[in-house]
Amino acid sequence: MDTTEKTITHENSEASHHGGSEKVIVSAMFNDDDMLMGSVKTLRAKGYKIHEVFTPFPVHGLDKAMGLKETRIAITAFMYGLLGLSTAIAMTYYMMIVDWPQNIGGKPSFTWIQNMPAFVPIMFELTVFFAAHLMVWTFFVRNGLYPGRKAMNPDPRTTDDMFLMEVELKGDRDQLITILKDTGAVELH
Amino acid sequence: MHYESPIREPLILGDKNYHDVTVEVARPIETAPPRSWWIAFSISLLLFLWGVGNILYTIGTGIGTWGLNKTVGWAWDITNFVWWVGIGHAGTLISAVLLLFRQKWRMSINRSAEAMTIFSVIQAALFPGIHMGRIWLAYFVFPIPNQFGSLWVNFNSPLLWDVFAISTYFSVSVVFWYVGLIPDFAMLRDRAIKPVQKHVYTILSFGWGGKAKHWQRFEEVSLVLAGLATPLVLSVHTIVSMDFATSVIPGWHTTIFPPYFVAGAIFSGFAMVQTLLIIMRKMFRMEHYITIQHIEMMNIVIMLTGSIVGVAYITELFIAWYSGVEYEQYAFLNRATGPYAWAYWSMMTCNVFSPQLMWVKKWRTNIMFTFIISIVVNIGMWFERFVIIVTSLHRDYLPSSWTMFSPTFVDIGIYLGTIGFFFVLFLLYARTFPVIAQAELKTILKSSGESQKKHHTEDGHH
Repeated sequence: MDTTEKTITHENSEASHHGGSEKVIVSAMFNDDDMLMGSVKTLRAKGYKIHEVFTPFPVHGLDKAMGLKETRIAITAFMYGLLGLSTAIAMTYYMMIVDWPQNIGGKPSFTWIQNMPAFVPIMFELTVFFAAHLMVWTFFVRNGLYPGRKAMNPDPRTTDDMFLMEVELKGDRDQLITILKDTGAVELH
Repeated sequence: MHYESPIREPLILGDKNYHDVTVEVARPIETAPPRSWWIAFSISLLLFLWGVGNILYTIGTGIGTWGLNKTVGWAWDITNFVWWVGIGHAGTLISAVLLLFRQKWRMSINRSAEAMTIFSVIQAALFPGIHMGRIWLAYFVFPIPNQFGSLWVNFNSPLLWDVFAISTYFSVSVVFWYVGLIPDFAMLRDRAIKPVQKHVYTILSFGWGGKAKHWQRFEEVSLVLAGLATPLVLSVHTIVSMDFATSVIPGWHTTIFPPYFVAGAIFSGFAMVQTLLIIMRKMFRMEHYITIQHIEMMNIVIMLTGSIVGVAYITELFIAWYSGVEYEQYAFLNRATGPYAWAYWSMMTCNVFSPQLMWVKKWRTNIMFTFIISIVVNIGMWFERFVIIVTSLHRDYLPSSWTMFSPTFVDIGIYLGTIGFFFVLFLLYARTFPVIAQAELKTILKSSGESQKKHHTEDGHH
């Protein structure tokens, strides 16, 4: 495909929030996920830092190629599940054994452990309830997602069929532009 | 990297690129609905309003407006409740269990199947609510301290387990569905031209931008939610079955109930997915995404679960005989030969016989045939619950109190009303929500798109 003719170049610098030093970001638009992956790998091999990538769908292996750390969100879900389980145990113990023990259908009401089999469904449901909901809340908070937030992607085409990569400039600008063009970028900003 | 065996049929037909998928998924939302949509919506809305009227009459006057009597204290309300909850199960099965099994064909049907789950659980939850009689005291089912002293709920009771199971199931399904919807709402937001649409989808999409880190977390969250939803969905119908199985009524007091109910739930749920998707793919021209192959796959699930249900029915009969308990034996003899034999044999025909026709490939790949069977199966599954509930109750231990159950117009009205409500919700959803999980579907376009697959074969990549 002939991309060079469509290529437009202009500079887009933003002040870094870290240390006040100037960080120059070069944005490159791709129209194919494999091209994007190839470019990310090439740039990383040459020592460039990928600032951010916006894609319309999860590109498998992109996080590894970019050098992102693995997410720990599943671990939080496990801990939330434990919290739910403990809540269920505490609740059934307090309500059924401590506060108002009753003889219901001859089921034991003197110790929690003897009555426990009847509480298994509640323990299971609350484990799932806490794990699922609190994990999703964590997901929203960590990603900064909330109703009405302005779109985070700088270009609306990145939720359709375009892939936007932001690279931190290092050394010679023209050299980076050449690598980006060679690896299939269709637009440069 | 994008490779799939050439033996596998393509899941997305036609010559499409990523942009085509976007446009075609957004089309039902961005264009005026077809006339068929308005007709379906009007009928559903009328049914729904009729149901609302009947519910208000029930609440205002009391449960006496139903056909219940001293012997048959549970009938259509619980039948409808179990029927609707069961229908919901297919949505979770498709989105969670098939995700864990890495079944890619789930991707173009999971969004609508999950929508179906949520809408049918709403219908289900209505019935115990109004059957309480005094619905304004419905908060009594939650373990909250109340002004009458420290009277707590009974955690030994399966009816309370049900409260926890259904609320967890409903809320987790909503969250699972919504997390998946966020990237697709973002796509609609970025395409919207009209200011109102832009505003609404901006709110709904939570600012999603498709950052790499966010996608990484998104995939992890989806996987963990699928892992949580899988045992959850099995627990829900297990607990629903315990409403019956932990009682001492012959015909209910059966250890086979949990697996038998779960299989039946999946069976009826898949049938409802077929009913809805066959209408939807036609109405919104989604034939390239919901293909004959998808329909065939779902028919195979219907055939399998229908057979499991059939085995369960026969096992029940065998165990009734083998138990040597005369009350148990009579309950089953009465089902098959008593005054409700017509209901029993309708159930047998619809649920055990009709899915066996799916062994014939020509039939299970026929859309009209599938549509008819999907409705037959749901009729059969409604009868299953009716048979279990009413035939076990109507002849109790005291022959002088033996009676029959006949529904009043209120029973029928509320049932029809929930069908209307369900379709109102589904039709509104189909016009305002992305009905196909397009972001997910784009990940398999290169490996399972028709033209892309052909390309692979021609290039000699296997």
